[in-house]
Amino acid sequence: MDKSSTGLGLETELRLGLPGVGEVEKNDKKRAFCDISGGAAAAGAGNNKNQVVGWPPVCAYRRKNSFNGVKMYVKVSMDGAPFLRKIDLSSHKGYSDLLMALEQLFGCYGIDAKNDEKGWNAEEALEDADKCEYVPIYEDKDTDWMLLGDVPWEMFVESCKRLRIMKRSDAKGAKDLLKALAAKEDYSSSLSN
Amino acid sequence: MDPDPKKSKFLPSNLLNSNGSSHPQSLFPDEVLEKVLSLIDSHKDRNSVSLVCKDWYNAERWTRSNLFIGNCYSVSPEIVARRFPKIKSVRLKGKPRFSDFDMLPRDWGANVHSWLVMFAKAYPFLEELRLKRMTVSDQSMELLAKSFPHFRALSLSSCDGFTDDGLKAITTHCGNLTELDIRDSVTVDVGGGWLSCFPEDFSSLEILNFSSLNSEVSFEALEKLVSRCRSLRVLKVNESITLDQLQRLLVHAPLLTELGTGSFLQELTPRQYEDIESAFGNSKNLQVLSGLWDATSFYLPVLYGACSGLTFLNLSDAVLQSGELAKLLAHCPNLRRLWVIDTVEDKGLEAVGSSCPLLEELRVFPVDPYDLDHRHGVSEMGFLAVSRGCRKLRYVLYFCRRMTNAAVVTIVQNCPDFTHFRLCIMNPRQPDYLTNETMDEAFGAVAKTCTKLRRLSVSGLLTDTTFEYIGKYAKNLETLSVAFAGSSDRGMQCVLEGCPKLRKLEIRDCPFGNAALLSGLKKYEMMRSLWMSSCNLTMKGCRLLAREMPRLNVEVIKDKGSDEIQADKVYVYRSVAGPRQDAPPVVLTL
Repeated sequence: MDKSSTGLGLETELRLGLPGVGEVEKNDKKRAFCDISGGAAAAGAGNNKNQVVGWPPVCAYRRKNSFNGVKMYVKVSMDGAPFLRKIDLSSHKGYSDLLMALEQLFGCYGIDAKNDEKGWNAEEALEDADKCEYVPIYEDKDTDWMLLGDVPWEMFVESCKRLRIMKRSDAKGAKDLLKALAAKEDYSSSLSN
Repeated sequence: MDPDPKKSKFLPSNLLNSNGSSHPQSLFPDEVLEKVLSLIDSHKDRNSVSLVCKDWYNAERWTRSNLFIGNCYSVSPEIVARRFPKIKSVRLKGKPRFSDFDMLPRDWGANVHSWLVMFAKAYPFLEELRLKRMTVSDQSMELLAKSFPHFRALSLSSCDGFTDDGLKAITTHCGNLTELDIRDSVTVDVGGGWLSCFPEDFSSLEILNFSSLNSEVSFEALEKLVSRCRSLRVLKVNESITLDQLQRLLVHAPLLTELGTGSFLQELTPRQYEDIESAFGNSKNLQVLSGLWDATSFYLPVLYGACSGLTFLNLSDAVLQSGELAKLLAHCPNLRRLWVIDTVEDKGLEAVGSSCPLLEELRVFPVDPYDLDHRHGVSEMGFLAVSRGCRKLRYVLYFCRRMTNAAVVTIVQNCPDFTHFRLCIMNPRQPDYLTNETMDEAFGAVAKTCTKLRRLSVSGLLTDTTFEYIGKYAKNLETLSVAFAGSSDRGMQCVLEGCPKLRKLEIRDCPFGNAALLSGLKKYEMMRSLWMSSCNLTMKGCRLLAREMPRLNVEVIKDKGSDEIQADKVYVYRSVAGPRQDAPPVVLTL
């Protein structure tokens, strides 16, 4: 399965779900992921609560430094860590750079099993998933949860809204996730024949 | 007995008593009076002095050199220039505080330009200008830079309207500048070229703060500047300055008393780590530390050597957890003021309680104020822990998601000396989470116990009872902020009738209507200002107030889509300058 082409947003035969049925595709992915992670991903989604203007009374300067602003700050949560961090995507050059920063932020190792000269590769990392204690995932603009590395870096930076470092045990094996996603694809491509 | 002809020619005849002789105490020569008065700095004292008699009024106005105007619209530049001929230093405040929370339209006002035009004519010897919540255009900055040859100090707090060009004018032309302090700037992307415009031989800077300006500056220019300015004692850089760059700056300025670092996250070599550690170790005079963006447990230890003399630690830009804070605070026994983000949680605040016995001020800011699902942050437990260990606490700003009456009662028993108590329970109208009661008793305890209380912000589920307590007990209260509270007009009335020293009252989303507004008719002239938004005021009530009290400016800000009857946002303030001429169309002056 060639994952690199899915990120370009072009119409390809390798999409998950029926061609032209974008909504269904998204829901499929979401459901698969939710099944695996126990619904936690869905809970973390929606962030458009009814916000009262000017409340809580945090002044403009302080909000600027919080999670909005000119820079591309995104929240990063890590399973087991009781607090959120923020990271500026625009200050990183690529996935390996980002992962190093994540490791430094959370003072732990094992997010990324593959960090050699070839750069970070989603497939390889997932193949070594058993060595990897955590799986980095992100929520994109369409509120889908995606595996880190699915799409080209620039596209990721533009679409990523927040990051989550999920325990591999919660994912019941990233390989299983991959299999689940692949199974959906097989099913839908068989439907289109 | 004739009055001594050598005495003051300003001696007014009405001070002579019936047989023509003057009262002995009034034979006070003009020159002596002026000499004595010139030693008085406090503007409050000076205002009192000026009320004694005509003599004293005149002597005072000729000797006043520091001007403080708490509301730029309360008086006009012309009136000021007529009364005070010899001003060298000006402090001016503009927009109401709720502008910090985006509640004012963009072009609301408080533009400093007309003041600068007057200052250029009347005060050519002006040395200092300190502005808060005002709009300062580049044009204004150019006027400032070119009109005052003795200009030394510019301080802008929560100001907007300027760009790199304006700052360039200042740094290029103000050859005697000792202070450039820009804080809490809401101007986005000002540009960083200004720093490179200081002349090659410029060396007088003592205070430089550009921590809230986003853009990169030339590090080369900064390093040269810092090494030239041997008297530099305050340096606060912005996030663009890295750790190893900071190290080089510290080497040039070992006498700093206040430091704001740049980004505290960088991959350092062991050698670089040692260098920055020893640079901090050599900074023995540091009293104030801030910045520390992205600081982590790996890099915080480089600070430890500089912490023993710290009195103010501002961690409000550093997202730390409890362990990191605890380790850091162990090195800061002399802390008087501490600002943190609530990611340190209650456990971190326990460390505050045990490590900082001299603490007088604590501010806890929320890392994510808008995430209502956020179950973390701090609670009543953290506040309690601090109150047990820090008995000298007098200023607190505390954002939390849960609180109890019992905790607040205990806290103020532990720390009865609060002068500023600002508690923000972030979910509006939230009750005591244990008993489900209102939070009336909590704030009642604050009002009763803290007899020195000057500033209070209330939150949580509150009825009129809270305001009865405040009106009854808070006799020194000057500033009150109320949101989502109260049950009827009576609440606001209790405060207006009860608090003799009230100067600023800001209210939002409360069920107070025209009756409440009008009950304060006589009071508003003794206050600086009143703000009421999303309450039950109507245009009719506001017009009535405006009609009855001609020396008050009653301004209504109309929101889009609101009807003709409701008055959404009302700002009332006393003024001797009459209605302002620069209000945008959306602001109606009644």
